[in-house]
Amino acid sequence: MSDTSDKTVNREIHQRPLSPHIQIYRWTLTMFLSILHRATGVALYAGTLLLVWWLMAAATGPEAFAVFQGVAGSWIGRLVLFGYTWALFHHMFGGIKHFIWDTGAGFELSAVEWISRGATVIPILLTLISWVLAYKFMGAF
Amino acid sequence: MSEMRTPLSRVRGLGSAKKGTEHFWLQRVTALANIPLAVFFVSAMVAHAGADYVTVTAFLSRPIVALVMLLLIISMVWHMRLGLQVVIEDYIHGHMAKLLALILNTFFALAVGTSSVLAILKLTLA
Repeated sequence: MSDTSDKTVNREIHQRPLSPHIQIYRWTLTMFLSILHRATGVALYAGTLLLVWWLMAAATGPEAFAVFQGVAGSWIGRLVLFGYTWALFHHMFGGIKHFIWDTGAGFELSAVEWISRGATVIPILLTLISWVLAYKFMGAF
Repeated sequence: MSEMRTPLSRVRGLGSAKKGTEHFWLQRVTALANIPLAVFFVSAMVAHAGADYVTVTAFLSRPIVALVMLLLIISMVWHMRLGLQVVIEDYIHGHMAKLLALILNTFFALAVGTSSVLAILKLTLA
């Protein structure tokens, strides 16, 4: 390819209209959930380190386990675990939502909206129920 | 373009990456397995909130609990490796950086998986 045609190609690339990205579109729940599904997935990925720590501490002995409990039981530890619980439920229901769509069902606009609302609200409720029950098992009330 | 493909390539249906729908399928299979396993895990965590060392280790050492925990770890680690692979392929464009990230992803998943399996086996076989 000669120099002249290279320049022509470059100019054509620069003049092409750019595809609109997320800052252009009106925000919808489905877009938001799509991003959140990936974000919770990545958070859960990192959070497996907590699971490893917990299992290793239990397998190591009472002292190691006490260290884990001290960190996990602190207010920041509980906040992280609360977030982890929500991320797990949210990702789970995001997955169930995708299972429904994988079958080709639920693509009518109203169905999409209702499935998305369910996949937003149910995980929040399950997280709250889990933590109320956890505090109950701890004898908080 | 379809006529550019050979009949053999079409019948194999493996595409340019030679993997076909394997990634998509395993992502879904592990996702399905993760649902009951994660429900069990969260329930167990809730029931043992604030529990002491003796109670937790006694629970984890029960064969049925250890078995379900092992299944959870394997399915979860597999699923998360497939998931992060897609994230890496979407956002990291440099060839070497992408290759490195994909390898680290595999190492991380294997490290998390084997450490967890080792801990569970130690608890249940002790």
